Amino acid sequence: MPEALSKPAQLEAPEMSAAEIEWIDRSLIDASVRTPVMFFFTTAQTWLLTATLVGFVCSIKLHWPTFLGDWSFLTYGRLWPAYTNMLVYGWGLPAGIGTAIWITARLCRVVLRAPWIPIISGIFWNIGVTVGVIAVLAGNMRPYELLEFPRQASVLLFIAYSLIGVWGVLMFQNRRPGHVYISLWYLVGAFFWFPWLYASANLMVGSRHLQGVVPDAVAAWYAQGLLGYFFASVGLGTIYYLIPKVIGKPIHSYNLSLLGFWSFELFWGLTGMVRYTGGPFPVWYSSLSIAALILLLIPVGTVGVNILMTMKDDSHMVYHSPTVRFCMYGTVAWLVGMLITIFGSVREMDPYTHFTNFSVGAFYLLVYAFFTMAMFGAMYYIVPRLVGCEWLSATFIRLHFWGAAYGMGFMILLLIIAGFVQGGSWNDPASYPHAANVVEQIMPYLIFCSVVWLLLIVAHFLYFVHFLAMVLRLGQPSGEPTLFAPIEEGEQQP
Amino acid sequence: MKQPFSIFNGILAVFALSFAVLAMAPALQIGSLQPVVDEDTGDIYPVDISGVQAQGRAVYVSQGCVTCHTEQVRDPSEGADIARGWGVRRTVARDYIYEKPALLGYMRFGPDLANIGSRKDKDDPDKYTAAWHYKHLYDPRETSPGSIMPSYKFLFETQKIAGQEDADALKFANDDAPPAGYQIVPGPEARALVAYLTTLDHSHPLKEAGPNIEVKTTGTAAAGGAKK
Repeated sequence: MPEALSKPAQLEAPEMSAAEIEWIDRSLIDASVRTPVMFFFTTAQTWLLTATLVGFVCSIKLHWPTFLGDWSFLTYGRLWPAYTNMLVYGWGLPAGIGTAIWITARLCRVVLRAPWIPIISGIFWNIGVTVGVIAVLAGNMRPYELLEFPRQASVLLFIAYSLIGVWGVLMFQNRRPGHVYISLWYLVGAFFWFPWLYASANLMVGSRHLQGVVPDAVAAWYAQGLLGYFFASVGLGTIYYLIPKVIGKPIHSYNLSLLGFWSFELFWGLTGMVRYTGGPFPVWYSSLSIAALILLLIPVGTVGVNILMTMKDDSHMVYHSPTVRFCMYGTVAWLVGMLITIFGSVREMDPYTHFTNFSVGAFYLLVYAFFTMAMFGAMYYIVPRLVGCEWLSATFIRLHFWGAAYGMGFMILLLIIAGFVQGGSWNDPASYPHAANVVEQIMPYLIFCSVVWLLLIVAHFLYFVHFLAMVLRLGQPSGEPTLFAPIEEGEQQP
Repeated sequence: MKQPFSIFNGILAVFALSFAVLAMAPALQIGSLQPVVDEDTGDIYPVDISGVQAQGRAVYVSQGCVTCHTEQVRDPSEGADIARGWGVRRTVARDYIYEKPALLGYMRFGPDLANIGSRKDKDDPDKYTAAWHYKHLYDPRETSPGSIMPSYKFLFETQKIAGQEDADALKFANDDAPPAGYQIVPGPEARALVAYLTTLDHSHPLKEAGPNIEVKTTGTAAAGGAKK
C-alpha cells in the first residue's frame, strides 16, 4: 500500500484546520478497512439468507416430517446442526468481525495495515464454513452443539480467526494515545478470547485421551463461552459505540460501563454447566453455574441502566435513526434474554425448560434478537461510510425492521411457551406417556413458527437486496443519511 | 497511561478462571474413573462395547440422532425421566467412561435413549426389540403414530428374494410392504445402529447414583388410554 496511506500523521500540514485533519484521518481509516469489512459483510449476508431458508425447512420438518425426507443429507438430524452452524459461523462471526474491525480502527484512530491479511482470513474463514457445512450434511460431524464441524473445517476457522484476532489486537496496540473507550474493551476481548476458546475446545473434544463425559463438559463450556465472549462482547461493544455516536452524547456512566464489562465477562465464563443441570456430573458444577448466572443480574442491571439512561432524553431518535432503532431492539432483547436465561436455569424451573424449545428460544434471543439486530444497526451506520452512498430507501429499512422485529419476537415467544409446554408434558408421564403425545402438545406452536419464518425470510431478503444495491454503489448520493423520518427543528442532529 | 496492561491481564485472568473451572476441573475430577467390580459376582461395570456396536454409535453420530435424543437420565428431583421408564436410576459420569463420544445430547423431541436396550413395554413384548427398531427406523409413524422422527429408509435396501428370505427382512402389512418376490432388509449401517441401540443399558447399580428405583412402568398403551 502507498506509504502515505499507512502514515496519516504525515498529512498534517500547518494550513489545515483541526476539523479538516480529523476528516482526512477518518477517510484514510475508512479507506483502509473498506475492502475487508465489506467482504465480511457481504459473505455474512449471503450466509444469513441461506441459513434463513435452511432454518425454514428445519421448522417445516418438525410438523411435516416427510417433507424432503428421502435424502440422508436433508434429515432433521443433519439439517439442524448445519443451520445453526451457518447462522453462527457463516453469519454471526463474520458480521461481528467486520463491525469489530471498523469500530476498532475508528476508536484507535489507526489505519488498518496490510488489509489483505484480513481479506485472506475472510476467504479462509468462508472456505472453512463451507467445508464444515458440507461435512455436517454428509454426516461427518461431532455430536456437540456448535462444535459439529470436523477437524478439517475447524482448523481453517481457527487459522482465519487467529489472524484477524492478531490484527485486531495490533490495531489496539498501535492506537493513538488517549482514553480507551468501553467498546474497545469488549472488542479487544472478543479478538483475544475467541481463538483461545475455539482452539482449546476443539482440541479437547477431539482428543482421544479425555474420558467419557469430559468432552461434553468442554463442549458446554465452549457453547456458553461463544455466546458471552464473542456474541455478547461484540454486540454490546457495538451498541455502546453506536448509540452515543448517533445521538451525540457521551455514555451515561463510565464506571457503570466498566463494572458491567468485568462482572459480565467474569460471571458468564462460569455458567457453562447450566447446560447439564441434573446431568452425569458432580452436582457442584451446575450449582456453581446457576450461582454465576444469578450474579449476572449485576451486569444486566448496570448495562441496562447505562444504555437506557444514555438514551433517556433522546428516545425520539428511535423514530428517526435506523441504527438507533435496531440497536435499542438489540439492547432490550439482550436484557430480556439474560433475564429469561437466568429464570429458566434455576433448579425449580430447569425441569420445565431443559432439553426443550425454551433453550432454542433463549439462544435466538441472544443470537438473533440481540446480536443480529445490533449488527443490522451497525451495518446501516457503517456501510454508507464505506461505499460512499446512502441507503436507497427508508421504506425498505422500515419493512426490514418490522419484518425482523415481529418475526424474531413472535418466534421467540412461541418457542419459549412451547418449551414450557414441552417440559411440562415430559414431566407428566401419566397424561402424555409417549413422545408423540408430547409432540402433539407443542404442534400448534411448531406450525406457527413456520408461518413466522416467512416474515423473517421476507425481511432478510429485502435487506439482502438493499445491501447488494449498496455494494453496487446504487444508493442515494452521499450527504444526508437515510432516516425513517426527518429530524424536526430543535431536535438533536445525528 | 498503563491501561492496556490491565486490560490484557484482566482478559487473560477471566478466561483462565473459566477454563480452569469448567474445562480443567472436570478432566481432573472425573477424567480417569475406573469401572467397578462386584466382589461377590465378579461382574464388571461398565464394559466396553464390541466393534459392530461401536460402528453403530458412529452411525448414531453421523445421522445426527443427538439433535433430538438425549442419553442421560436425571434424578427424580430434576425431572420425570425415571417415572417415564427411561431408567431405574440417574446416570453418573462412571456410566460413560468407555463412551467415545458420550452422547449426552441437548434436546428432547424424542425420548431419552440411555436405557433403550433394556427398556420393556409391559403391553407389547415386541416393542424395543431389534425387529421393532428396524421397522421404527424405516417408517417411524408405522410403529409410533404421531412421531415426527425422520424416516431412515435410505439405510435399508429393497432386493429380490434369492432363495430364502433374510431373517431380518421387515414385515409390513401396509403400503410399506415390498412388491411380491422382493424384501426390505437393513443395510450395514442400520444393522450396526440397531446393534448399538439394543446394548444401551445403564441400569447396573452404582454407589454414587443411589439405589435403583422400582417404577410401575408407564409409557404404555394402557396409560395412553388413561389420558382420554
